[in-house]
Amino acid sequence: MDRRTFNRSIALAGTAAALSPFGIVRAQQQKLRVGMLLPRSGYLGFIGQSCQKGADLAPGVIRDMLGVEVELMNADIESSVDTARTRAERLIQEGANVLVGAFDSGASAAIAQVAEQRGVPFIVNIAAAPQITEQGYKYVYRVFPTSIDLLRNGLSLIGDLFQTTNTVPRTAVFMHVNDTFGQSMAKGIGAMLPRLTQLPFKIVDTIPYDPTAKDLTVEVSKARASNPDFLLIVSRLNDAIVLRREMVKQRWNPMGIISPGSPGMYEEQFFKTLGKLSDYCITNVPWYNPKQPLTQRVEKAFAKQNPKDQMPYHALNVGFTFEAILVAADAFKRAKTAEPKALSEAIRATGIKDRMMIGGPIRFNAKGQVEEQMSAGIQNFNLKPRVVLPASAAEAKPVFPVPGYRKA
Amino acid sequence: MSRPVAGLLALLALLTAFPLFIGPYVLSVLTLVLFLAYSGQAWNVMMGFAGQLSLGHSLYVGVGAYAAGALFFYYGIGPWAGVWLAVLLCVALGLAIGFLAFRFRISGVYFALLTIAFAEFTRVGFDHIGWLGGPAGMFLRVAQRDTWDFANFRGPPLMYYYTMLALTAAAFILCAWLMRSRAGYYWQAIRENEEAAEALGVNSFYWKMLAIAISSAMTAVSGVFFAFYYNNLFPEQIFHISRSIEILIGPIVGGIGTLFGPILGAAMVTLLAEGLSDALMALGWDIPGFKRVFYGVVLLMVIIFLPRGVWPALARRLGLHA
Amino acid sequence: MPLDLVLNVAISGVLTGLVYGLMALGLSVIFGVVRVVNFAHGEMMTVAMYAATILFSVLKLDPFLAALPVAAAFFAFGYWLQKTLINPFVTRPMHSQFILLLAIAIVLVNGLLMIFGPDARNVQVDYQLESFEIGGILIDKARLYAATAALVAATALFAFFRFSLIGKAIRACADNYLGAKVVGLNVKHLYALTFGLGSACVAIAGCALSVLLEVTPQLGPVMTLLAFVIVIIGGMGSMAGALLGGVLIGTSEALAGLFIAPSAKSMFSFGLLILVLLFRPQGLLGTRA
Repeated sequence: MDRRTFNRSIALAGTAAALSPFGIVRAQQQKLRVGMLLPRSGYLGFIGQSCQKGADLAPGVIRDMLGVEVELMNADIESSVDTARTRAERLIQEGANVLVGAFDSGASAAIAQVAEQRGVPFIVNIAAAPQITEQGYKYVYRVFPTSIDLLRNGLSLIGDLFQTTNTVPRTAVFMHVNDTFGQSMAKGIGAMLPRLTQLPFKIVDTIPYDPTAKDLTVEVSKARASNPDFLLIVSRLNDAIVLRREMVKQRWNPMGIISPGSPGMYEEQFFKTLGKLSDYCITNVPWYNPKQPLTQRVEKAFAKQNPKDQMPYHALNVGFTFEAILVAADAFKRAKTAEPKALSEAIRATGIKDRMMIGGPIRFNAKGQVEEQMSAGIQNFNLKPRVVLPASAAEAKPVFPVPGYRKA
Repeated sequence: MSRPVAGLLALLALLTAFPLFIGPYVLSVLTLVLFLAYSGQAWNVMMGFAGQLSLGHSLYVGVGAYAAGALFFYYGIGPWAGVWLAVLLCVALGLAIGFLAFRFRISGVYFALLTIAFAEFTRVGFDHIGWLGGPAGMFLRVAQRDTWDFANFRGPPLMYYYTMLALTAAAFILCAWLMRSRAGYYWQAIRENEEAAEALGVNSFYWKMLAIAISSAMTAVSGVFFAFYYNNLFPEQIFHISRSIEILIGPIVGGIGTLFGPILGAAMVTLLAEGLSDALMALGWDIPGFKRVFYGVVLLMVIIFLPRGVWPALARRLGLHA
Repeated sequence: MPLDLVLNVAISGVLTGLVYGLMALGLSVIFGVVRVVNFAHGEMMTVAMYAATILFSVLKLDPFLAALPVAAAFFAFGYWLQKTLINPFVTRPMHSQFILLLAIAIVLVNGLLMIFGPDARNVQVDYQLESFEIGGILIDKARLYAATAALVAATALFAFFRFSLIGKAIRACADNYLGAKVVGLNVKHLYALTFGLGSACVAIAGCALSVLLEVTPQLGPVMTLLAFVIVIIGGMGSMAGALLGGVLIGTSEALAGLFIAPSAKSMFSFGLLILVLLFRPQGLLGTRA
């Protein structure tokens, strides 16, 4: 084949690919095509892969539960907003009926725009920036709480923690990542804390830090110098690890490390890397209720698919990703069609009581936001995250102050 | 009509008619290609014409985007007015950087690093500007997407595509005109031998500053487009060095200093990246990083075997004058 | 602000700065002699860090000991890279060099991503979380060892260039390319040697840093930028300058973080870079070309 023919055939192939029609509604669609948009590479890669585990086990569990066939279409958004946008377009082009994603607030916002523009429902599994559901979109839904809800629940759980353990810490230092998520949490704390008079502590210093900082010596030195009773932290994963080690290096042992709602301290990598040092850290995040029947179903499926892994390490990621797909499948069953508008209406009317995450039934308000999401207090014991609050779902009793606490 | 002009008009006609045949995904990719082609053309004015390597062009995209975005966010002022502020600020910044550089005789790698420093400084700086959203970003309200509202620059993706096409065509014409004008000759003289040019009475400082001003002004416009197309601005993404690199890869691969190089380069690079993603997904080789390794290798091949860019070699083959 | 806090932070900054200085030293040597701007410098160091983590997890080899074989390997790699890929680009315009090394950097970073995945890795030596206590000051053990390694390596390199025959030959190439060729020096070989030496420096710095930082593939570009900032501030082509620049950046970033805002640390270094570029572009200890 000479070059001319080669070039011509490439051009033909390219044109054929470009001309592939879009939006053709398949008559009598038997299955629901869910486009998964997750960061499987880049700095959020680890967490994205964790979410993917929740996605991978969903079709099987949902088939048993609802008799609905779910087909996953996976895409990697590479922890980048631009890629998120083009991947979303691509998935819709290839026939995705509904999109689920994307862990990162920036990427989720971009995908939301595409979804709204194309009239395809988009269910956010995990992303906390409030703006995503404040744009007046009609096709965007979120099963995850906003940072405001997250914070409100988280702070109230802190109050419960102190009550249960009969402690009255007076001062805290607040350290947070300086990114979209961290900033919205910081803003929230600034607004809420003064009004929550039942909480006994005051924040003596606020220290924002760069999420990609390699070295947090200065930040920890500063935090330690303000001599607080405990450390309040909003972090991501890698920085949580660095912070914890820096605390040991600087011989700083406050009453405890508590997060009002952020990733990091309950993730597998945190335990793997820090070993015993990970013990006693507390995170208040939405979690699954280990006693719910759906949780146990999912756990079984998880164990089957990931024999060497343990679900508690992926509780939040797997839980919300699964529930997002569940919402889509449940709506599909009720709507009896995958036509986007009808599907969206069906999602809007969702009321799922049989769920795995702690909280009321999954119901969306007018903005597409779930409102009755609750958080649980998760404390690390023996390299495992355990539910310690609320008492009704607890697997263990909370420990505060931590052993090793030295009043400086 | 000469062959090159006929060819260009044919290409323009093709790109104008294209949307009739393609779906929204390809449309979004093409819009991105045109965006990069336009920005690359803008960058090329500074590099190809005035010989100054800027590795921090994301500065202008970002400042332009935030300027127009902020006006819209706080005062509801549309992009047609906002673009003036964007251009003004970017030209001021560009001239400041240029002035500092030439006044203090900074060139070559030092100049490139100066541009990086300014972009990085601004990136971290904007992360701390609360009223522009900080790291949480600025979200612009999208009123509607169905009808073509040119005044507020709101509408379906098709509108954005045609706007970008028009901008790219205009940039091309502008650069062609510049190249053949007196400015073009002075720039060539300065590029070839600055001392000799100075000796002949060419005020190299003035002409270099002019190139920087034009380049930053053009890039500012792409920033405004960015703001109203993507509608969310994050300092981490818009000022990031990877964006600066994204802008200059097209012209370097396509051919610095040529007119068509930036456009060809942007098309090649973007389509390669997207094509690779699709091919890998189809093959099931979904390993993170694989695509970009490929991308890096292709870049390596191009720079080693076609150091002056793809377009000069291609143009010779096609019998065209670059 | 209590004094011991300031001292703690400052000392930590100096020690870390020395290690960054060693990394920048490699870059300075390469640019000073070969006149190539190695935009893949940080990425190369990241590879060295990964090498250290692997040697540790497989052979339980302490990174400071691993530095020797890793440095040797990097020397060979650098030599080869210069001789084959980079040499033709020495005379080409800077933007071409830039893209060449950028492409190499992309391949390195994403190759690492493919092989190791995006998770952070580190080395967990016993002394890692320990510190010396002197007065009220805490000095991080690992940091002290790393800084010492950096100083030793830098001194060795300095001695090499000052006193050895090959070192002098390399300096001759840098000072007068044509003259060196006239005198019969095999410039191509010497260039490759220099690149190899610069790479070895980067390797040692990487091994030292592996006990201080967690390594991810994304660390590469950040480090490249840092190396350039340090080299420019210290003076392109000056070895002492690179170390001084490293210490300066390390300390000033730390103190800026302490007194102003930790998240704005890097603004300070870039601001400093801009000032140096404007008022003393040859750097603190560099000489005007």
